[in-house]
Amino acid sequence: MKIALMGQPNSGKSTVFNDVAGYKAITSNFPGKTVKYTLTKFNLLGQTIELVDLPGTYSLTSFDLAELEARKYLLKGNVDVVINVIDASLLSRSLELTLQLLELKLPMVICLNMIDEAERKGIGIDIEKLSKVFGVPVVPAVAIKGKGIKELFSTAYKVGEKKKIGKTISFSKDVEDVITQLSIQIKKKQIDQEFNVPERFLALKYLENDSYFMENYEKKNNNLFKEIVHFQNILKETHGRQSDVVISSERHHLSMNIYESVVSLTRPHIGLIDYLDNILMHPFLGYISLGLIFYLFFNLIFGVGKMVEEPLLDYFYRLIPLLEKSINPSTLSFSIISGIIQGLAGGIAIVLPYLFPFLFGLAILEDLGYLPRIAFLLDAFLHKIGLHGKAIIPFILGYGCTVPAIMATRILESERDRFISSVLATMIPCAARMTIIFALVAFYISPQAALAIYILNIIVIALSGKILSRLLPEITPGMILEIPAYHTPSIKVVLAKTWLRMKEFIFVAWPLLIVGSTILSLLQYYKTDMLINNLFSPLTSLLGLPLVVGTTLIFGVLRKELSMLMLIQAIGTSNVAAVMSTTQIMTFTIFVIFYVPCIATIAVLWKEIGSKRTLFTIAFTSILAIILATITRFVY
Amino acid sequence: MTITLDSIGENQKVKVVSISGGWGIRQRLGCLGIHPGDIITVKRSAIMRGPILISVHGNQVALGRGVARKIIVEVE
Repeated sequence: MKIALMGQPNSGKSTVFNDVAGYKAITSNFPGKTVKYTLTKFNLLGQTIELVDLPGTYSLTSFDLAELEARKYLLKGNVDVVINVIDASLLSRSLELTLQLLELKLPMVICLNMIDEAERKGIGIDIEKLSKVFGVPVVPAVAIKGKGIKELFSTAYKVGEKKKIGKTISFSKDVEDVITQLSIQIKKKQIDQEFNVPERFLALKYLENDSYFMENYEKKNNNLFKEIVHFQNILKETHGRQSDVVISSERHHLSMNIYESVVSLTRPHIGLIDYLDNILMHPFLGYISLGLIFYLFFNLIFGVGKMVEEPLLDYFYRLIPLLEKSINPSTLSFSIISGIIQGLAGGIAIVLPYLFPFLFGLAILEDLGYLPRIAFLLDAFLHKIGLHGKAIIPFILGYGCTVPAIMATRILESERDRFISSVLATMIPCAARMTIIFALVAFYISPQAALAIYILNIIVIALSGKILSRLLPEITPGMILEIPAYHTPSIKVVLAKTWLRMKEFIFVAWPLLIVGSTILSLLQYYKTDMLINNLFSPLTSLLGLPLVVGTTLIFGVLRKELSMLMLIQAIGTSNVAAVMSTTQIMTFTIFVIFYVPCIATIAVLWKEIGSKRTLFTIAFTSILAIILATITRFVY
Repeated sequence: MTITLDSIGENQKVKVVSISGGWGIRQRLGCLGIHPGDIITVKRSAIMRGPILISVHGNQVALGRGVARKIIVEVE
């Protein structure tokens, strides 16, 4: 049996999903974090259930790529049961999607998630009555605490077995008449079978002027097109508004009526968290808090990282001389073993100490619901570089990893905005590059120098944004973004999320690191590294870097943190300061931050923005890196 | 008296009269509970002609200036 989780953005679908799958889907408190679907299989009453977590969608008339993906999946027609996850504290608005899902005539269950939050807001819901109105079971739940999940799935299973379909709720009589007449025409021409959806659903989509369905049949059936325009005009004339407004207003009123009939309001409990916005979104204090939060965050990463890096490095320092005593340093086996040790050491001592506090802090900010607030605060600034506030979400995720950041550009409406933000996101120092900034610049030069790199990076990104938006002049559609209520982060979820993201490093990057170290050892053993280094010598001499840096830059394209760890290995000591001057360290770091995105990023760019634009991004960032690093060499 | 939403001060309550944008913007605002006839409270207005924060049906939504300009409202 296949069950799909469908609901509005930020209603907790991924949290419900994780309740049965383990922490597999990233959850955060901002609308639109799930941009592609995730699948899992689990056992229920001896049956294998396939569960799919779909991106959130406000309605079945979809706008952005993530929403379209959800709708496409649902219309494919192989889902046995739909679980409509609703944020109970936003019931009236959520019911508009529920009404549309019922139009699809699929077996359905409603999950009233965050029922505790609704109670806190003073919204009491008569569950039985709600279930009667729609003719489908309604299960209250608190997914974050795992409450009600068992009942939800056993109910879903029963509904799927009986193939129980809910009621279709009628609109006002005159509107319903138009819908019925159009439905008859659609049925006659068998258009509904072509799309594999009920004729009433299709009639509504046509009256709503849904571009997907309109485009699809304009080519095929000119005859019906006239009918549709005719019926759209009837609604327009009788209501004095466009037909899509008539339909959405009808649904809105129906939802409001249902909401009023099932809800009893009491006084909301106001907590400290409700006053947070008086500071965090304040026109003056908001910006001060933003700066302060990131400054503290920066210091936390550096403080924790340094505390752990120093003793661990000391430990590994002592290991190599020990090895030299037991194995002859000029043999091949020494090269291989020391390569493996350096790869291991790089991961444990240099990368993990900075990665963990960073990902942990990011998870807290995400779950609290701070990201959409940043979008609000920075919207005006982003307009100056031709984007709007929502673009800040992929940018912030970019500080974690560029791949999900580029995926997250799907929440932007226009193709141009997605392209510009994708290019800019590749330049944001991801966690891998952050470890380079911290472990090289902050560690060997000063934390202030590291902070300066971050500030310089933001300036360069802003200027690049300005250039790109000049090249592609088009007015950005403007921000429409829901600002969700704050949630107190659950420590369990924060740790699970941190672990899920760390796994990427531990199981993908680290083995690569060890293999890379070993390959470099072999290259050095057979003296082939000099060949590559000589090939890169025009670049390294332009930047005033040691010749051995050449090889490490190739590894950096595989994974950004490799370039630093390989550097340490190539220069033959983990005390970088002994071999490289502060200017060289700075030049190297600047170059590595900006040049060619890593291979995983290139792959996702290729998919999201196409081959030409990916090649453009590679060229653009490489030229930028060379210019900036050369300037650094002579200025710093 | 009708006026556009971007010129409403903080903490004022207004009623939506119409939305002057195209299909996309009407639909998107509709999804967030903003239709003609709905009551909106302006909660905050960001500096430098930044976005406004409104409250509608117990939910908060940030709207860019350009978007707010397309919403025609009536002061109650």
